[in-house]
Amino acid sequence: MSATATQPRKIQMSVIGPVLALILLIILGALMNPNFLGWNNISNVLSRSAFIGIIAVGMTFVITAGGLDLSVGSSAAFIAGLMILVMNTALPSMGVGVPIVLLGMAVALVAGVAVGLINGLLITKLGIEAFIVTLGSMGIYRSLVTWLADGGTLSLDFSLRSFYQPVYYGGVFGVSWPIIVFAVVVVLGEILMRSTAFGRHCAAIGSNDQVARYSSVRVARVRLATYVMLGVLVGVATIMYVPRLGSASASTGLLWELEAIAAVIVGGTMLKGGFGRVWGTVIGVLILTLIGNILNLTDFVSPYLNGAIQGAIIVLAVVLQRANKPA
Amino acid sequence: MGGAVTQPVLALNGVSRSFGPIEVLHGVDIALHPGRVHALIGENGAGKSTTMKIMAGYQPASSGTIAVDGQTRTLASMGEAEALGISMIHQEFNLAEQLSVEQNIFLGRELKRGWLLDKAAMRAKTRELLDRLQCDVSPDRIVSTLSNSDKQMVEIAKALLRDIRVLIMDEPTAVLTRTETDILLGQVRRLRAEGVAVLFTSHKLDEVAEIADDLTIMRDGAVVWTGPTAQMNEHQMAEAMVGREVSDLYPPKDGTPGEMMLEVSDFGVPGYSEGISFTLRRGEILGVAGLIGSGRTETFEGLAGLRRAEGQVRIKGQPVTIRHPWEALQHGLAYLTEDRKTRGLLLDKGMGENLTLLALWKFTRGLLDKRAEAAALETAIADFDIRGSQAVAVGQLSGGNQQKLLFAKTMLADPEIVVIDEPTRGIDIGTKQQMYQFIRQLAASGRAIVVISSEMQEVIGLADRILVLRRGQLTGTLDGAEATEDAIVRLAMGVGAATPEKETV
Repeated sequence: MSATATQPRKIQMSVIGPVLALILLIILGALMNPNFLGWNNISNVLSRSAFIGIIAVGMTFVITAGGLDLSVGSSAAFIAGLMILVMNTALPSMGVGVPIVLLGMAVALVAGVAVGLINGLLITKLGIEAFIVTLGSMGIYRSLVTWLADGGTLSLDFSLRSFYQPVYYGGVFGVSWPIIVFAVVVVLGEILMRSTAFGRHCAAIGSNDQVARYSSVRVARVRLATYVMLGVLVGVATIMYVPRLGSASASTGLLWELEAIAAVIVGGTMLKGGFGRVWGTVIGVLILTLIGNILNLTDFVSPYLNGAIQGAIIVLAVVLQRANKPA
Repeated sequence: MGGAVTQPVLALNGVSRSFGPIEVLHGVDIALHPGRVHALIGENGAGKSTTMKIMAGYQPASSGTIAVDGQTRTLASMGEAEALGISMIHQEFNLAEQLSVEQNIFLGRELKRGWLLDKAAMRAKTRELLDRLQCDVSPDRIVSTLSNSDKQMVEIAKALLRDIRVLIMDEPTAVLTRTETDILLGQVRRLRAEGVAVLFTSHKLDEVAEIADDLTIMRDGAVVWTGPTAQMNEHQMAEAMVGREVSDLYPPKDGTPGEMMLEVSDFGVPGYSEGISFTLRRGEILGVAGLIGSGRTETFEGLAGLRRAEGQVRIKGQPVTIRHPWEALQHGLAYLTEDRKTRGLLLDKGMGENLTLLALWKFTRGLLDKRAEAAALETAIADFDIRGSQAVAVGQLSGGNQQKLLFAKTMLADPEIVVIDEPTRGIDIGTKQQMYQFIRQLAASGRAIVVISSEMQEVIGLADRILVLRRGQLTGTLDGAEATEDAIVRLAMGVGAATPEKETV
């Protein structure tokens, strides 16, 4: 009963599990297809990871602080639609050029802040459960983008699209912009989570918000900040996404919320909050993207089974977390 | 209840228990006899819980034997122990809060007729069990709406359903008021009369002296005394537990009040208290006494910005408005909660993260200075004598060490006014003495202290002045030197002097 016994720090399965799984997948991929480790494929995988990854980093903070956001997929679609509308509208007066792209980016960021603020204020000020609030806003934004597109597709003007495209396809030293932005977001997120009072407060709130309140933590403000931060990151992801296809429709960003949440959980963050790991989330995103990639590169298993395998991985990750819990 | 010649129904003989390389129990002998109440006392960490868990089959012994009715047995699981009529009730209730009393009693052993539940039979049996315990709670009540003593009764009823012969209770009265405790002790006597062997632990030595026939005292994982309770008085028990003289439990009241720190007038928390006025100087310890429901905790939570409050507050002569806990801290006022498990500490985090949570700004220069945090933890461990592994979550520390950590955490923020709610709830006498020393030292170092406590001895022993609250009103202020339990009770109960019901929690 006395706790004087020093427990040796065991290697935790929840820490090492996702890393092992990732290494295993890379070996598997390399064995199955020689092109797997080629720079083209790696670049492709990382670029595709970037959208979900950027959002998942924000989601890590929300979940760590004991929250949840189901609206990220549909708000990404809504922000994309809004961005395209504003840019197309401004085109006759501003013409093609850097200013109009900056305007579009600003719209995306402002809309992201607004989306996060609305979710966060409803959750913190009115005390409605995060699941309910964001389930509601998920429906609202999805419906709004469908309405904006009048049931069809909103397309960026062709001239603008060609000008804007390098933001997705271009890069420096052969590394594309989405990968660079993703890397920057991850590094900042990791520092924020591990080495700042904000990260510590998120974990404290998710662990026990009463204790946090009694410890003079500004619980509502920290919670609100996590939703706003996630909103901004959704805006950033959308800025990277729009130049890829140059359009937005009712099916844009579909199920992104689930992919982001899955990546966070696979990475070892606890769904009930209290503990989060940004680098784990990155591993989670890479695992989920790699599964799809490997299925596409090999004809061993049908790519249509991608979802099934991802689903199994998510459940397995949680089982491993459970098994590792101290009795 | 004589008959010490009866064969023990359950006995441990030379039982040891190791966790890894560390032995925490050393050759424990303890014997429970039918129809006798046995108290097991000792400081936190003395090995009481481990001993009880071994007796109830929750944990195996590393060496030594367990005998049931004189026959050596290995209790491989709690199920096996239960089959032999041995039941254990934990300190934290094991009840499904959202289910009814009846559903809880039959949880996992529901009576059935064919595939369907036999509700009539279960209802009848529940009524019978509750009647036997003279508990008039309705079987339909949802457990979360019950008082702690009623929950305790439901736990006992659950145990009774299995025809128990041995009932083991881990600190059954820790969360009960005096009245509730009396009801529980009545039930214990009833079970004893029915021939059940009862083993319980408690930090309240008066209770032990009152009800236990036999007594075993543990210290550092070994039995240091065992025999009939009648041979020991409370003072001797305390000394045997601590292993040294405990005559001066309270430090001398040698403080000299300094400048005025806190002036509170016409203060109140709507729904809990109103019209409360008092002052507090540097170096002073102000005690706050009152019955449960007197608004003690709520009033001071209001003062600390944890509840909406009304009234005027001046700190160092300046009027202040405190609406949030961090505002209180900015004015140098910190509140140490009575509820360390759900409001004080993050039980699933380590010591370090808990220690610095309140004063995290001290460790932030843009980024967190983790080296400074580690140094602060070392200092706190040394200053407050916190024992236990730094590698484990604080939920696994003993109550006393948790309380010391909570204390260290609060003091790290350098508050000038410290409100301490129940400084020694659920901790052993040795640690209590340490806490009293810490509190007096804080006052001596120029801080202004408020101590809220339901233990009148503690308020009297510690405070320079005592406020007594009753139903949200301040009914009197007593000088610490002349205060008596009787005077406090009179004020706490309202005029009309001491009535027989001395409910003091």
